[in-house]
Amino acid sequence: MASSLLGNSPTDRTTPIHWLGWMLLTSVRTVGDAAIFTSTVALGLATRRSRSAILWPIFYEIGCRSMPVILITGGFIGMVLAVQSFDQLAAIGLQSRLGSVVNVSLVKELGPVLAATMLAGRVGSAMAAEIGTMKVTEQIDALQALGANPVMFLVCPRFLACVLLIPALTLLADGIGMLSGWYLSVQVLGISSHLYWFYSDSYITSLDIISGVIKSIFFGGAIALVACHRGFHCSSGAEGVGRAATEAFVCSFILVLAMDFLLGVFFIQLQHLLPSLRSPLL
Amino acid sequence: MSENFTPPDESSPIIELRGCSRGFGAMQVLRDISLNVYRGETLVLIGESGCGKSVTTKLLANLLEPSSGEVFWNGQPVSQMSAEQMRKDRLKLGYLFQGGAMFDSLSVYENVVFGLRENRKMSEADMREIAFTRLREVGLPASAAQKFPSELSGGMRKRAALARALAMSPEIIIYDEPTTGLDPIMSDVINELILQARSARPVTSIVVTHDMTTVKRVATRVVMLFPLARLPQNESQIIFEGTAEQAFNHPDERVHDFVHGISGKRLQELFAA
Ligand SMILES: Nc1ncnc2c1ncn2[C@@H]1O[C@H](COP(=O)(O)OP(=O)(O)OP(=O)(O)O)[C@@H](O)[C@H]1O
Ligand SMILES: [Mg+2]
Repeated sequence: MASSLLGNSPTDRTTPIHWLGWMLLTSVRTVGDAAIFTSTVALGLATRRSRSAILWPIFYEIGCRSMPVILITGGFIGMVLAVQSFDQLAAIGLQSRLGSVVNVSLVKELGPVLAATMLAGRVGSAMAAEIGTMKVTEQIDALQALGANPVMFLVCPRFLACVLLIPALTLLADGIGMLSGWYLSVQVLGISSHLYWFYSDSYITSLDIISGVIKSIFFGGAIALVACHRGFHCSSGAEGVGRAATEAFVCSFILVLAMDFLLGVFFIQLQHLLPSLRSPLL
Repeated sequence: MSENFTPPDESSPIIELRGCSRGFGAMQVLRDISLNVYRGETLVLIGESGCGKSVTTKLLANLLEPSSGEVFWNGQPVSQMSAEQMRKDRLKLGYLFQGGAMFDSLSVYENVVFGLRENRKMSEADMREIAFTRLREVGLPASAAQKFPSELSGGMRKRAALARALAMSPEIIIYDEPTTGLDPIMSDVINELILQARSARPVTSIVVTHDMTTVKRVATRVVMLFPLARLPQNESQIIFEGTAEQAFNHPDERVHDFVHGISGKRLQELFAA
């Protein structure tokens, strides 16, 4: 009933007024649909336990198999940060503070965003493609016909895996970035190892690390929801599956950056409100 | 026709489509279809490729919503059923998908027991028993159970999917092209299986097929759909309804040519176009 009302066909978009109406209805429908989708996932998380035989392979795929790419990119990011910051700090004679710049950027921003980027690129598009393929090959219909709720059955384990594992991946990216940044700074750029860690320690607060981890949890949830949602709305054929995978990456990445900005502002405000959170790490 | 045929209970259709239409985007596939499925019958749906047979069976199984019209299960409109009741009622319905629709990430065994595991509290031993019986019935060796669907041939995959559809012992079974892609012997085995399923229990079967042997062997009633694109404005899309025998001797050229596989008129149309 709804579909005939919403004018799916391009022929319905003949005049600017038609086009505007079509745009409006489509966006309302998308938002409503995403809300129903999210609430179904929430209900599924609250009411049913996924079988471990379903859960473990997904956790393995999302967690363990993401580690190599996180290690590689995290390592390079640490070195890039050190190289790029060194010149600028050296120009004002503060190169000994390199550690603080590298490590604060890592734990607050680059670690979580890097882990989210890798998750969106590696896992998000794969999830969208997998679910999209299931839709195209009638496997989603088959799930329904066999008495399983496809949204709960497919999305809940993936959502859980993303939300629970992305903090670990974030901390991994943080750690490897710190080590590679330190190695480059000390071995190549000639910074004293003691000063490097001394300034790192005095600038990083526990809130920085916690806020990075909390942000990453939001990123993980957003990636899982967006990717699975795109998969469920995949249009038929191999082309549709490919498009769903691309859309999953692009949409989730935009969402990650937008959330990064908003959560960043939130944590800065929090720090102003509660100065006691600014305690150094150790 | 089989001697085990249970006469359909004409009074209460088990599934009913009332004035259902459905399209995708700008393309209309079904227009104002009304179709009753009676308890105990074997309804065979025939028609050209792309005329909307699979869409019709998905409407019957409530896997697709009609864009207008209503679907009734046991006289109850499905749009007004609660999610829980829908889930329960759906378990009485087995569906063999045209492409098999085996879950790629699960082994054949896990595929076959999927419905049991999700819905019935059953011991692993009981599930094994059922799974291996079903696999044997569809002519698959026990060694196929531990394989993944991608490791099976197309025909084996189709039969594994049939085993999955039958595992829950459903009251209504929808077979979407059960013998397509199977060798003649295996097709015969599957036809026999369709007959057996209804001799053992009072099942209702809906069979979509292009295989006239299947039509002759299993049908208690045949319904032919015609593609909407070539249908005159005011004619019903169901151009034939009756027994298999009537279909083979029907005066309407469209029905007659289709069941006898005569391309004459259609060929002329295609060349003219
Ligand atoms: N999910 C879908 N999205 C878009 N179009 C669809 C979809 N499902 C079916 N169609 C279209 O509906 C029409 C009827 O499809 P359907 O699968 O019912 O044909 P069919 O009668 O089963 O044919 P066949 O004998 O080849 O299986 C086709 O033109 C097809 O392109
Ligand atoms: Mg079909």
